[in-house]
Amino acid sequence: MNKLLIILAAGLFLAGHAMAQDPVKIGMITTLSTKAGYLGEDIRDGFRLAMEMENGHLGGIPVELLVEDDEAKPGKGIQISERFIKSDRVTILTGVVFSNVAVAVVPRAIREDVTFLSANAAPSNLAGKDCHPNYFSVSYQNDNPDEVVGRYVTAVGHKSVYLLAPNYPAGRDHLAGFKRYYEGEITRELYTKLDQSDYAAEIADIRAANPEAVFFFLPGGMGINFLKQYAQSGLSEVIPVYGPAFSFDERILQAVGPAALGVKNGSHWTHDLDNEANIEFVAAYQKAYGRMPTLYASQGYDTARLIGSALKAVEGDMSDRDRFRAALRKADFASTRGTFAFGSNQHPVNDWYIREVVQAEDGSYTNRTLKKIFTDHVDAYAAECSM
Amino acid sequence: MLLVIEQVLNGLQLGITLFLMSAGLTLVFGIMRVINLAHGSFYMIGAYVGATVTSASGSFLLGILAALGAAGLAGILVECIVLRHLYDREHLTQVLATFGLILFFNELTRMIWGRQPLFMDVPPWLAGSIEILPGLTYPSYRIAVIAVGMLVALLLWFLLARTRLGMRIRAGASNREMIAALGVNIKILYTLVFGLGTLLAGLAGVMAGPILAVESGMGESILILTFVVIVIGGIGSIRGAVIGALLVGMVDTLGRAFLPALFRLFLPGAHADGAAASLAAISIYMLMAAILLWRPRGLFPA
Amino acid sequence: MASIARKTAVLLPIFVFLAALPLLAAYLDNPYLLSLFSRILIFAIAAVSLDLLLGYGGLVSLGHAAFVGVGAYTVGILFHHTTIGEPLLGIFAGSENALITLPLAVLAAAGFALVIGAMCLRTSGMHFIMITLAFAQMLYYTAIGLEQYGGDDGLPLYARNTFPGLDTNNDLSFYYLCLVSLLLILFLAHRMVHSRFGLIIRGASHNPDRIQTLGVNPYTHRLVCFVIAGAGAGLAGALLANQSTYISPGLFHWTLSGELMVMVLLGGLGTLFGPVLGAAAFLLLEEVLAMYTEHWMFYLGPVLVVVVIFARKGLYGLLIGSGKNHD
Repeated sequence: MNKLLIILAAGLFLAGHAMAQDPVKIGMITTLSTKAGYLGEDIRDGFRLAMEMENGHLGGIPVELLVEDDEAKPGKGIQISERFIKSDRVTILTGVVFSNVAVAVVPRAIREDVTFLSANAAPSNLAGKDCHPNYFSVSYQNDNPDEVVGRYVTAVGHKSVYLLAPNYPAGRDHLAGFKRYYEGEITRELYTKLDQSDYAAEIADIRAANPEAVFFFLPGGMGINFLKQYAQSGLSEVIPVYGPAFSFDERILQAVGPAALGVKNGSHWTHDLDNEANIEFVAAYQKAYGRMPTLYASQGYDTARLIGSALKAVEGDMSDRDRFRAALRKADFASTRGTFAFGSNQHPVNDWYIREVVQAEDGSYTNRTLKKIFTDHVDAYAAECSM
Repeated sequence: MLLVIEQVLNGLQLGITLFLMSAGLTLVFGIMRVINLAHGSFYMIGAYVGATVTSASGSFLLGILAALGAAGLAGILVECIVLRHLYDREHLTQVLATFGLILFFNELTRMIWGRQPLFMDVPPWLAGSIEILPGLTYPSYRIAVIAVGMLVALLLWFLLARTRLGMRIRAGASNREMIAALGVNIKILYTLVFGLGTLLAGLAGVMAGPILAVESGMGESILILTFVVIVIGGIGSIRGAVIGALLVGMVDTLGRAFLPALFRLFLPGAHADGAAASLAAISIYMLMAAILLWRPRGLFPA
Repeated sequence: MASIARKTAVLLPIFVFLAALPLLAAYLDNPYLLSLFSRILIFAIAAVSLDLLLGYGGLVSLGHAAFVGVGAYTVGILFHHTTIGEPLLGIFAGSENALITLPLAVLAAAGFALVIGAMCLRTSGMHFIMITLAFAQMLYYTAIGLEQYGGDDGLPLYARNTFPGLDTNNDLSFYYLCLVSLLLILFLAHRMVHSRFGLIIRGASHNPDRIQTLGVNPYTHRLVCFVIAGAGAGLAGALLANQSTYISPGLFHWTLSGELMVMVLLGGLGTLFGPVLGAAAFLLLEEVLAMYTEHWMFYLGPVLVVVVIFARKGLYGLLIGSGKNHD
């Protein structure tokens, strides 16, 4: 038995060190299993696409990407980050999908002087009081996609809105983001069980409360369930729903079907954004994977391109971490979003749009950019960051 | 008042789905004494196959048939390959082996169908709503689910109480050795009962497809509720499964629907919502604990 | 008892290996081995405590993670209150001293086990499995609702608890802390199993009526066993919170209870050392499979089924042989 352990231990060691020391190692902790597995898959595929377009290089520097599944569990995320940092000696971490995993993984990683670039989750504390030179968000700050909808719903003139979110911190944060920019009356703020599948009771309550609009944050399968059931109840023709982009990505939309048609949602990216980097990305992604990229894929791709720009600036030399961070802060790359810069808290400053769910010519469901709402939007927590 | 009626209908519909799940599970436990944690996997198989066939053929009925076939067939295979070895083993062994099956099936669906959820819609002839009372409309599809569930309950009752096969199943539940001595092939009987149970789970899954997200791991959310149902009802009892399912469906739905309003009478808004949501989430577990403390073998011990 | 020599031949090298692991880690220049094996030792503690219920008491609990969670949350909550400087319940300032937090975590878990066990033990068989699961789920959803402690996000701890004379933030010292805790638990469990109390517990699982006619009330004994097992899990939870410097409601989830059961069975039910092997095998298997395939669950599932069906005595039985069983 102990022989076996030694073999296993040696195996762990070899797996970490078999590769030549040359390429810069990047650890990607992401969610590939569980119901949310497709989110991590898209981030990974977007990231890999950028590497493949350069034949395994980013910014001309050879890189090696290690990917592992965190099962959406914070404990598992910590475990993987420990292995990446201590055994594989990665200097860059990225990928985390969920805020609770990020909250667990990021503090440990940045203490070990590893640079963490978030390709999705961006909880408020890391944008504000817990901001850190080693932590960058390439995606957004969690509240942004809700803020843009709040502003839009106010502009449309809905006087009362019913709010719906799961009963957990991210749910409250997202509703807070909406309320920050919504100026009308809040009919009710309802928190549902996490991972709830049937929303009949809530839909009946919405019907009874009769608001002018509904705003919901229900990521993943919860959003699919809600949208389908909402359309079946017939309410969608009377009371319009709005939400952040999370319930309207191109892979969820195929599962929701016509129930989502016409719904307006807030996002920083859509495949139809007219800039050179985006056109190239969308075409290459479709060619490589045979499906329409989602915003997660765009974030994975942007993260890789950003890392590439910084690696190029330091010529692949990761020994001077300050120089590398300074290069990252410049954000000297062509983002699929068009404009992209980092704010003082190392979170993105970019434009935000309202988009609409439409049916494409081939019958699939997708989004269409409707209107730019914010230009160079700065998140609400930047002021709390002392960097 | 109309809102109360609507919420009761919602509770009924959840209860019916739970009944379809628990009927199979409780039969399997009552007759083979096997705890099958993987029962939710057959629900998932039903939903995936149903969604795939429906979108390929365009026919919802064909989708249902395929789902029933797939879930029943998968059940028979699992019984022959794995479950058969577990009949005389401890509960612990059964729990773990079927836990292993859950991991396997969840990953298998991800490998076959990919990671994103599948799409399944309500068939056009069941889309829309019906006005069941003046001022109260209810989705036709949900009414159909309630009707199908009731029909299945009746058929099941007929099968068990009025047919030769049912007689053998009941006999097998009360005395295994006796029925084997009477020359009934107990092996085939077990396989049939297990297949019937998984077929019902597949039916529940495919009927949930148009309402819920069809995704890997969807079986576990309903599995735990199903166990709560059969434990409350009394393991092995179909009558218990009916009552338990309705009870759980009602408590869960009505708790979610009315607790927030109730709490707002006593507490300030934000606190009330949080507390109500937490209490609603654990309400069915409290119900189960209370019932078991009152009647340690459930409401209708078999 | 002819197998004592064989036991020694198998167990001694394993303990030597565990004691010398830091040397191996240093030699291979791979500090990750220390974290990995610290986790293995911690899960071994939880699995050994669960084995007291499963293997010796014949009580199939599917809610053992509840006590791991209680232990971890005790450490987390005490730590949180020292950091924010706001006393717990207005009186207790919280603590980050392991000599205070670990015993409190064990006590809290034991207290929860006492209340939950008192209710659950009124049932038996499948009902017992389900009611233990129900209580664990209640705690799971309660933890999600604990907004001041992070709710569903959980709570990061910014350092490990301090331990007088030991730098716990050093992985090497922490590893030995875990190893000593495991040895302590194994020693206590050994004493318990071989005492009169242990005999009654085992007797009650095989033949409750006979124990009853002996004038012993199996309920009380079972309850004590449940509390001790809960306390052990609480210790594991407290160490786990320190090891990962993080707590989250996932620690209460039924899948963790399921994994602990798998470790016990994989290692050998009703053997004290088996669960240690089981924990090591499970975590290493997970680690290695995950490195080679994204779809590791697809392989782990059938492996479990086969092990459970065919290797009845688990790894321990394979190594020691069938010379002696616990009964």
